[in-house]
Amino acid sequence: MKIIAIDSSGMTASVAITEDDITIAEYSVNYKKTHSQTLLPMLDEVSKMTELDLNTVDAIAVAKGPGSFTGLRIGSATAKGLGFTLDKPIIEVYTTDALAYNMYGTDRIVCPLMDARREQVYTGIYRFKRSDDGFDLETLLKPSALPVEEVVKKINELNEPVIYLGDGVPVYKDKFDALTCVDHVYAPSHRNRQSAASVGALALKLYKAGRYVSSDDHVPEYLRLSQAERERKEKEDT
Amino acid sequence: MKDINILAIESSCDETAASIVRNGRTVLSNVISSQIDLHTLYGGVVPEIASRKHTENINPVVREALSTAGMKLSDVDAIAVTYGPGLVGALLVGVSFAKAVSFASGKPLIGVHHIEGHISANYIENKDLEPPFICLVVSGGHSHLVKVKDYGEYEILGRTRDDAAGEAFDKVARAIGLGYPGGPKIDKVSKEGNPDAIAFPRAKVEGSVYDFSFSGLKSAVLNYLNQCEMKGENYVRADVAASFQKAVVDVLTEHSMTAIREAGMKKFALAGGVASNSALRASMEEACAKEGIAFFKPSPILCTDNAAMIGAAAYYEYLKGNFSTYDLNAVPALKLGER
Repeated sequence: MKIIAIDSSGMTASVAITEDDITIAEYSVNYKKTHSQTLLPMLDEVSKMTELDLNTVDAIAVAKGPGSFTGLRIGSATAKGLGFTLDKPIIEVYTTDALAYNMYGTDRIVCPLMDARREQVYTGIYRFKRSDDGFDLETLLKPSALPVEEVVKKINELNEPVIYLGDGVPVYKDKFDALTCVDHVYAPSHRNRQSAASVGALALKLYKAGRYVSSDDHVPEYLRLSQAERERKEKEDT
Repeated sequence: MKDINILAIESSCDETAASIVRNGRTVLSNVISSQIDLHTLYGGVVPEIASRKHTENINPVVREALSTAGMKLSDVDAIAVTYGPGLVGALLVGVSFAKAVSFASGKPLIGVHHIEGHISANYIENKDLEPPFICLVVSGGHSHLVKVKDYGEYEILGRTRDDAAGEAFDKVARAIGLGYPGGPKIDKVSKEGNPDAIAFPRAKVEGSVYDFSFSGLKSAVLNYLNQCEMKGENYVRADVAASFQKAVVDVLTEHSMTAIREAGMKKFALAGGVASNSALRASMEEACAKEGIAFFKPSPILCTDNAAMIGAAAYYEYLKGNFSTYDLNAVPALKLGER
């Protein structure tokens, strides 16, 4: 089972080629350069380097959201173009699920944080639950856009040690330090950002469970309306 | 010579479009999925909504373009895509998709300038049209007077200093209660109005005979409406529309004719969304006929944003071997003739 995995939901651009329980290649860049320029050259590079025969690819995995609207669309449009051309399905993975998967096997709860602007973060809360083949990712809070205070409130209510990670950490660290009442740590540099290898690993599980869509049907999950729609709705409500 | 079939994709504003064009001149399919109803709710194109809609539409649109042409991706020789100018988020959907298709299919990628596409729309129905010629490109986002020196070689003679012609149509249409999109609505209402009823200004840009300025005209219309209101008079909507339209058309025609004469050209072409305006077409046709200039214009369907025009422009880049690399980016303010 060979998967091309893509995550361009945040500041990190990441592509990976995974085959069953091996990551054949992963290329991640955390540098302020537009994903639209870097993502495909990165995929081209790893494909050449690993002599990838595109005809052997079984599925395309993509971080479907939440995240930067534009970033998500670059990833989705790329995944759709690959799926369309190769006639392969898309495995949609929540960005926060994949981030949590970076912490595979921890006995702490995991709380990914992505800066969502407007004093909010895209987040979720997860726990690894022992299963027959290792651990399953259990969702305690589904992917959401929430104010920082509300996230911490939920963490405190769960009253368990927690790991925070994601690009929301440097933005709101002071707040998390001040408000978190449980034992909390932050993931280190090699695990604290989006990783397409994590997207690919989680995608394999989803694929085996029959959870994939056609490239026609795939669209990002933004979790938020556009500003124009939001304002229009507010006007209608009042 | 072998036929060259190009799959072209366009997503620069609110139309998701795909087309198969053979040898730059023959359109085998031209699929356009318009989002206009969606944006009408907001009185104009909302970039985020447009970008989201493109993401939903792109697969079925490209699929239909291929199936209508009776082709598979493997029958195509290159993938062309608009990479600017336009709305960045909207452009990125087409660009990202096209790059992935190019990568996965092994077909070369050709990034196309949107305005170059509009100009090239003229090649489709006028098989014998070849550069050099003068082209007036007028749309919701652009007003350019261009000397087309050769395929892919342009000299911009004049451009708007403020509003694009189509933008002025939209704004005036809104002011007189016609709504969005303004161009076709003003065109229609004007047919019942007197174009000489109100003397709106024909603005000149000092020191530049070819440049346009439409914001003064727009203000003059708004002032006129205000004055009517203050005097408690009703204005005749059709007369305002017709007089405004005449003012725009007069300036566009005059500048175009000056450019034709100065450049000593024998051919002139219209392009862009506003090129389907009936008064502009009639005015340019008459002016060209008077001076023995061959007049070209695309059918209305090829004036609007479409991908066939992108495929037409891409063909001449294909012949020159001008291919894009995978770092092709969306360039929202891309200049004509720039790469």
